[in-house]
Formats: sequence, structure tokens, C-alpha cells
Amino acid sequence: MVKYLLFVTTLVLTACQHHPEASLYQRLGGETGVENIVDGVLSGIEHDSSIVHHFADTDIPRFRRLLIEQFCELAGGPCKYTGASMQESHTGFQITQAHFDALVNHLISAMQQQQVPIEAQNEFLAMLAPMYKDVVYR
Amino acid sequence: MKILLCSLCLLMASGSLMAGSKVIATGGATTVEGNSGGGIVPWATINGYSSSDEWSVNTFAGRVGVDDFTLDSVGIGASFNNQWELSFARQKFTLDTIGGELRQDILGIKYKIAGELLYSGMPQISLGAQFKKNRDFALPAAVGAGDDSGYELYLAASKVFFDAIAGRNLLLNATVRSTDAHQAGLLGFGGAGVSHKLMFESSAVLLLNYNLALGTEFKQKPNQLGFADEQHWRDVFAAWFINKNASVVLGYVDLGDIAGLTEQTGFYLSVEGTW
Ligand code: HEM
Ligand code: HEM
Repeated sequence: MVKYLLFVTTLVLTACQHHPEASLYQRLGGETGVENIVDGVLSGIEHDSSIVHHFADTDIPRFRRLLIEQFCELAGGPCKYTGASMQESHTGFQITQAHFDALVNHLISAMQQQQVPIEAQNEFLAMLAPMYKDVVYR
Repeated sequence: MKILLCSLCLLMASGSLMAGSKVIATGGATTVEGNSGGGIVPWATINGYSSSDEWSVNTFAGRVGVDDFTLDSVGIGASFNNQWELSFARQKFTLDTIGGELRQDILGIKYKIAGELLYSGMPQISLGAQFKKNRDFALPAAVGAGDDSGYELYLAASKVFFDAIAGRNLLLNATVRSTDAHQAGLLGFGGAGVSHKLMFESSAVLLLNYNLALGTEFKQKPNQLGFADEQHWRDVFAAWFINKNASVVLGYVDLGDIAGLTEQTGFYLSVEGTW
């Protein structure tokens, strides 16, 4: 009986190792996935006349790199965000609720485009939504 | 019904016309009373898609068909700054078995006082007022209503919880309404011994994806008219937010007993356009 239980336990455990719960980073598509999502957001911003003016003086390649780092780190990927805090980097831009909503729409489109499963999208949005207070009206 | 179908076709054909910045579905649907909410419960949400400094307008038409009655509602509304909501709705309650109809107009205003549905830890909280006026008062007066008009005040709290159930987002809403209306005002207001009572209403909505939602609602009723019992209302519904210009809600409602006729259940269909 004990042997049988041990055998089953071993089987179950090895089975688990073969099918680990995919991390959010993996479900966002890993390195390429996150890069594509960020590029999708950037292209959304670029074509959105309601918010593109905020980025007139922004070093875009740097911004892109930092967004990738940040998304990757948040999702549990192997990265370290090296940029400034959300409060610091968004102060002085007079970002409004409409601007924030616009960016969320671009992020959602980018994730849809990338065919990220809805569960992973929601998990990621849950992490970003609370940043609202650090970004708007500063 | 024709109006419903025609407006739906028009909306679907309209594609994505001018719409505000808010995320899809965050303006809620429009209730039978004309304000943003589910089907029968007003939420703290502001109708339409106008975010900060933006305007939006909306219109809706809905029908509730239960065993012995039909309630048709049509209305228009305007919102500003994701903070103010103004609405006007006209209701026609047809007494299919008894004969006759009861019509009433509802003017509503809502103001968001705190919180952000999606972005803050605390719920979005709004204060609303409705002024209701009967256009047919003979029957309500005959059964004991004292007034052909009344006002209602409500406080609503709504919040979206991301990734709440099976990875889906969940909207929860609680509303407290002060009212002296009988059957939501269709049978008049006030009368002997009738006062404003605080009633509790609630909704829970699971957002299956960005466009589809399943919800359920409960609306407590005061039951202050002696002539016949009124009961709490309940419903379950599916909402389809086709795009930021059009949405459709299909529901199953239980309105309890009305004017002595028992167990009034049936279907609810509403279409809405927002710009
Ligand atoms: C007036 C503003 C802008 C102009 C005229 C402009 C113009 C351009 C042009 C001509 C390219 C193609 C360059 C190439 O292929 O090497 C480009 C690429 C790009 N732009 Fe902009 N841009 C503007 C603003 C922005 C903003 C605000 C963002 C993001 C926030 C942005 C993000 C990007 C990105 C990510 C690429 C690279 C696309 C890729 O690698 O596929 N741009 N832009
Ligand atoms: C959750 C939402 C947001 C996240 C996660 C986010 C993330 C970031 C990150 C990582 C940076 C780079 C920080 C650095 O330079 O060290 C940044 C910069 C910036 N963000 Fe955001 N952001 C968000 C919302 C917004 C919104 C809504 C706007 C306006 C439409 C905005 C406008 C900007 C601008 C203009 C910069 C560049 C600042 C500069 O050039 O120095 N961000 N953001």
C-alpha cells in the first residue's frame, strides 16, 4: 500500500514537473511576446493624436527598452527594470484620465493582436491599473 | 419592437463613429429608468465613453415582457468628464390582461463623487437623483397613491475586480435608494402612511471578455401600497458590447406579484447606442 502510494505520488510529482503552471511572462509570449506588446503600444501611441504630444521630447529607443524591462519584470520574467519610478517619470506631463484610458486601450489592442489569453491579459491589467494614481494629474 | 430592431441595425451599420476614450463596457448598460447600470439597478458608472474633458450622448430602447404586463422604455442621456450624467426616460407600462396603460417620465442626474471603477482600490462612488412624473394617474390614485410625482435619491458604489473568477474580471455594485414610489413609480408615489424608505439594490457581473458579460441583479422594493403586495425584483442578463457605439442586453426577469397578478416573469431586451 505504502509502495503504491509512493509510486503514485512520484508519478504525480513528475507529471507536475512536465506541466509546470506557465508564468505570466510565458503566457504573455516570453521575450518576443513582451517586445511585440510594447511595440504595439508604441505604434498605438504614435498614431493617437490625443496623447502623442507627451512624447515629443522622449528618447523613444530608451523608452521602448524601459517598457520592455518593466513589463518583463512585472510578469515575472528574467529582467530588472532600470528606469525611474512611475511617479518621477510622469510628473509634469499633465497626463489626464482620458490619456490613461487611451493608453490602456492601446495596451489591450496590442495584447489582443498578440493573442494573449484573456486570463493573462486581466492578470497583467490588474498589475498596471493601480499605477493610475502615480501617473495622472502630476 | 420595430424601434428596437431598426435602432440595432442602424447601430451595427454605424461602425465605429466618434466615441470617447473610456475602455469598452465601462459605461455600463442603460437601465429601464435611463441611467447607467444594469437592467434595473443604477450603478456608480457614468454612461457612455466620455473620459476626462470629453462629452458623450446615448440613447436606448428596452422592453420587459412578463406574463400579464409589458414595460417599454426609451430614453436619451448625456455625460461629461466621466463625472456627470443626465438622463431622460419615458416608460409605458401596458396592463395586457387588466387593460389600460400607465406612463411615466423620469429625469435623472448622477454625479461621481469618488473613486475610479478600474483604477482605484476604493470603489467608484456616485450620487444620483431621479424625478419621476406619472402621465396617467387615475389608476394609481384609485388604488391609494397620494402623488403623481416623486423624487428618489441613491448612492451607488461599483468596482471592477481584475482577474477575479477563472481569470475573468468581475464588477460588483451596491446601491441604496431612498424612495416613496409604488412599483418604481408606475403606481404613483406617497399616500396615507407612506414615507421615503431606504432600499438596497445590487448587481454582480462577470466580464467573459471585453465584449460579453453575464450578470445578475436584485432590487428591493418598499411595498407601501395597501391594495396589493409588491415584491423585490430580480434578473439575470447577458450583455453584448458590440463596440463603443452599440450594445444589446438580453435578460430574464422576475418581477414578483404586480397589482394582484402573481409571479410575473419574462424576458428583457434592450439596445443602446452611444456616441
Ligand atoms: C512626431 C512624432 C513622430 C514621428 C515623425 C515619427 C516617425 C517615425 C519614423 C519615420 C519611423 C521609422 C523609422 C525607421 O524605420 O527607422 C518611426 C519608427 C518608430 N517610432 Fe516613431 N515617430 C514619432 C513619434 C513616436 C512616438 C511618440 C513613439 C512612441 C511612443 C514612436 C515609436 C516608434 C517606434 C517604436 C518605431 C520603430 C518601429 C519599429 O521598430 O518597427 N514614434 N517613427
Ligand atoms: C500603467 C501605465 C503606464 C506605465 C506602466 C508607464 C510606464 C512608463 C515607463 C517605464 C517609462 C520610462 C521611465 C523612465 O524614463 O525612466 C515611462 C515614461 C513615460 N510615460 Fe509612461 N507609463 C504609463 C502610463 C503613461 C501614460 C497614460 C502616459 C501619457 C499618455 C505616459 C507618458 C509617458 C511619457 C511622456 C514618458 C517619457 C518621459 C520622458 O520622456 O522622460 N505614461 N512610462
